[in-house]
Parts: sequence; structure tokens; C-alpha cells
Amino acid sequence: MRGAWTICQKELHSYFASPVAYAVMALYALIFGFFFYSATAFFVEASMQSQMMGRSFPMNVNEMIIRPVLMNTSVIGLFLIPMITMRLFAEEKRSGTIELLITSPVTDLAIIVGKWLAAVLLYTAVILVAALSVIFLFAWGQPDVKPVLIGFFGLLLQGAALLAIGAFISTTTKNQIIAGTAGFVVSLLLWVIEWISQFDTSTTGKVISYLSVVTHLEPFTKGVVDLKDVVFFVSLIFLGLFLSARSLESLRWRA
Amino acid sequence: MIKVEGLTKRYARATAVDNISFEVDKGQIVGFLGPNGAGKTTTMRMLTCFMPPSGGRAEVAGFDVVKSPMEVKKRIGYLPETPPLYPEMEVGEYLDFVGKLKGVPSADLAKRIQEVSERCAVADVRNKLISKLSKGYKQRVGLAQAIIHNPDVLILDEPTSGLDPKQIMETRDLIRSLAGDHTIILSTHILTEVEQTCETAIIIAKGKVMATDSVAALKNRRAGGSAVLVEVEAVSEGQVREKLERVSGVSRVVHKPSGTHGIVTFEVEGLSGKNIRPEIARAVVESGWSLNELRPLGMSLEEVFLQLTSGTKAAEHEAATAAPAVGDEEKESE
Repeated sequence: MRGAWTICQKELHSYFASPVAYAVMALYALIFGFFFYSATAFFVEASMQSQMMGRSFPMNVNEMIIRPVLMNTSVIGLFLIPMITMRLFAEEKRSGTIELLITSPVTDLAIIVGKWLAAVLLYTAVILVAALSVIFLFAWGQPDVKPVLIGFFGLLLQGAALLAIGAFISTTTKNQIIAGTAGFVVSLLLWVIEWISQFDTSTTGKVISYLSVVTHLEPFTKGVVDLKDVVFFVSLIFLGLFLSARSLESLRWRA
Repeated sequence: MIKVEGLTKRYARATAVDNISFEVDKGQIVGFLGPNGAGKTTTMRMLTCFMPPSGGRAEVAGFDVVKSPMEVKKRIGYLPETPPLYPEMEVGEYLDFVGKLKGVPSADLAKRIQEVSERCAVADVRNKLISKLSKGYKQRVGLAQAIIHNPDVLILDEPTSGLDPKQIMETRDLIRSLAGDHTIILSTHILTEVEQTCETAIIIAKGKVMATDSVAALKNRRAGGSAVLVEVEAVSEGQVREKLERVSGVSRVVHKPSGTHGIVTFEVEGLSGKNIRPEIARAVVESGWSLNELRPLGMSLEEVFLQLTSGTKAAEHEAATAAPAVGDEEKESE
């Protein structure tokens, strides 16, 4: 694994030396801010009304703000993750710098893990931007901390899995636009195949629905860590990195 | 230091490198000479473990490129045709990154960066973004990158392509200065480059080794075609021809239309091994004509190939008749 950290540092440098990191973080802050604002505004409105009507059923910040906001932001992840991963390998293949990496005494796996790790760290930074807003909830309300942390952990895990898939897609092409579009389509598919459970309750439907990332993210947003969800995301990460390694290897006998 | 036996690379439809064998001793500079598409880059990529061979063996510093690629990669510095640079990095940062990647111990890294950037004359741009550098600087940063881990073997793919004449000279000097410490293979399609920088030339075409020869022998071959171009200010073509044909050592005189009235041009071939230029000059001046131009027509790379492959006669004929070859020659010696 020597070299993985070197490559990771170099990738982070490229993200932050180019507008990529800032664009991704700014876009995320903007749209997360909107989701957060509308959820909070709705919550405030609803609690005022229930007070005026004299009803006093308990209003839960976790359930009414944090959960829907987390689910919404994971959708934004679908757009952002291809933006992060599309350049990982496609750019190096186009500019020829991949020759430097491959002819250096580091393993393919170190190259892939280094690049993926950098993408995960950038995504973490992006999620921290979202966490800033959530901190305000603690200033004026009393949400439960644990489900919030678990929710963000789930978001990160889902991101890491989609980043691994995106990294693989980036190894298959020289063209960043193709890598970005394909990454987006695959992320979106992994999202929407969950809908099948609504009209198909057969085994096939269940299997397909199981493959959806949303099925496995939902428990996290409720503050539940289920081993099967963790295993799902971790195996997706391994699959993505494994496919990247095979794809990078194939570069040698195809090139 | 480098041992290649029957190395072959086949693609789906074509064979890029076909059963080539050669050996390079320690400290030598070897020129890999051939036209574009001859298989130079493919051979170099196999030596650097970028792609595996389809057949044959290659050994670098005693390690097989297929069996122990890691050991080979540690001992090779490689400059691909386009230097592998990251435009968003500063030169110093880039060298630091490559140094770490190549496994230079972090205690020595700062010293190594200092050394290679002085050696490749990039010390003054260390804090500049690579994207802002001129092509010559980029090439030198590429070279600095290749030698940062002090490799035994340096593989340079067309190190002077796309540079201006001054940069080409500087790069050649730099490569020559690296020779003592490193074994160098450089590829080029420019014959003069091999003559100026290398000790041995491996000539390849269509994926096959045509000849392995010392550069001195190559130079002789090239000068061997002793054809001379003569341009004379004179009215009558016939008179000049007659005079030239009478010069001792001249075997053939061919008229070349010059297009300008009052100027006649001939290609004169001499008997092999004889320098006919002084005699021609004397003859022309003694006749009272002005001698505008008198220069030897060297052989272009293609002609040397032809000579190497199909014998002396054909090549000499080619050198005397092929007009475009003159243009090629000028381009090459830039």
C-alpha cells in the first residue's frame, strides 16, 4: 500500500488547486441550505399551528427535519459524486500521466485506493458543509445527537460506495464527460430501482429492490445501524475497487 | 544492463514489435532509430512494464519485466513522448510527488530535488505552475522527473520532439551529461540526433531490428553516398555539364532544372570514397563562372534504411534521384 497515501495527497491537492472542490462544496451548500430551510420553515409553521390549536402532540426535530433532509441530500449526492469521480482516471488517461503512475514502483491497488480515498475525503468535507447547518438545530432545539451522527455516517458510507463505482467508470474511458454521465446514470439507477418494490412483490422484485442504495440508507437516517446495510455498502466499495483494479490491468494488454 | 530476446508485441490486427533482440551495456547511450510507427514506443513501454510483451523476454538490470516488474520499475526512469506532468502543480511539488512515488527515502528527497532541478536547469522555476512553463522547461521537468530516484536505466521517448533548435541542443547536452551514471535508451526518428548523442544505434522499422551499429559506422555509411549538389551562374547548361564531367573522380552528372534563367544546377556523383568537391570548385571557378552553391547530399534516414536492407547500389541510386529527400534532410538537421 506504499504510495497510496502519496497519491491520495496529490489527488486532494488537485481537487483543491482546481475549482472542482470549491464548486462541489458551494453547490452542495446552496442546495442543502434550501432543503434545510424549507424543512425547518415547515416545522416552525406546523409547531405554531399546533400551539394555537391547543394541541400538544410532541413534535420531533429528528423525525421532521433531519431525516427528510438527509434523504434529500443523498439525492444531491447522485449529482455530486460523478463530478468528483469523473476526472480520477479519465484525466490521467487523456493527458498521459497514467504512464507515470503505472511505470512507478507502486501497485495498481495503491493507485486506486489512493485516488478513491482522496475522493472520499473530499466528499467528507462536502458533508461537513451540510453538518454546519444541522449544528444550528442544536442551538435552538433539542434534537437527539446519536441518530444525527448515524445518519451522517450512513450518508458517508453510501457516498464511499458510489465513489468506488464512479472510480471504476472513470477507468474505462479517456473522456471525462462520458465518465461523468455514466457515473450519474449508474448512481441514479442504483437509486430508482427501489421503486420496483411498489408494484412487484415477487422475489425478483425484492432482489432488485435490495440492490438499491436507498433501501440501505433509510435505516441510517432513522438512527438504526443494521449490519446488513453496512455489509451492503462495504461490499459495493470492494466491488468498485476490484473492478477498477481489473480495468486498470486491462489497460496494459489493450493499450 | 538491458537484455532483450525475441521481444514481440501483437495487437488484434497488427504486430507492432516483431521478435526483436538487442543488448545494452552499462553506461551506454543507445539510440533507437526508426520512422514513426516503427515500434519504438511499444518496445519502450514493454521495457518500462507499462504493457506486457506477447512473446519473448526482456531483462532490465537483471530483472525480468514480466516476473519482477516492481524491481524493474524501481530501476527505470521513463520519459514518455508527452512528459507526464500535472499542470495544476508547481514544479517543486511535482518533483516531490514523483520522488515519493518512486520510493526516494524522505530524508534524501529534498536533496535529490535540489540536485535534479539544478542538473536539468529547472531550479529557477521551482515555484512556478507547470501549466505556465514553456515547452522546453516542461521537457526538462520531464527529464528531472525521470532521474529523481537515480535509476540505473533511463528510457527517453523522443526527448527532443517539438522543441526549438536551441532547446534541442540543450536537451541533447543534458542527455549526454547523464550518460556516465545511467544507461540510456532514447528513441528518435532524427538521424542527426543519434549521431550527436549516442554511441550505438539500433535501427528499427516495421517492428523489426534492421541493424545494430556503432554511430561511427553509421556516419560513414551516411557520408558514403558522395553525391554533390552544384549550382552555377552560367548561361549554357551544356558547357557546364561538359566541364563537370571532365573533373576527375566524377562518375555521373545529372541536370536539375533550376527555374531561374542564368542559373544551372547539377547533381554530381563521385566514385565512392573520393571527395570530389575541391576539384569541382576549382573547375567551375577556373572556367570563369560563379559558384553559388556546393554541398554534399547526405542520405536521409530512409536511404540509410534502404542501404542497410537492400545493398549499396540501390541506396546510392535513391540518393541521387530522390529530390524530396533533400527537403527531408534539411528538416532533420534543424
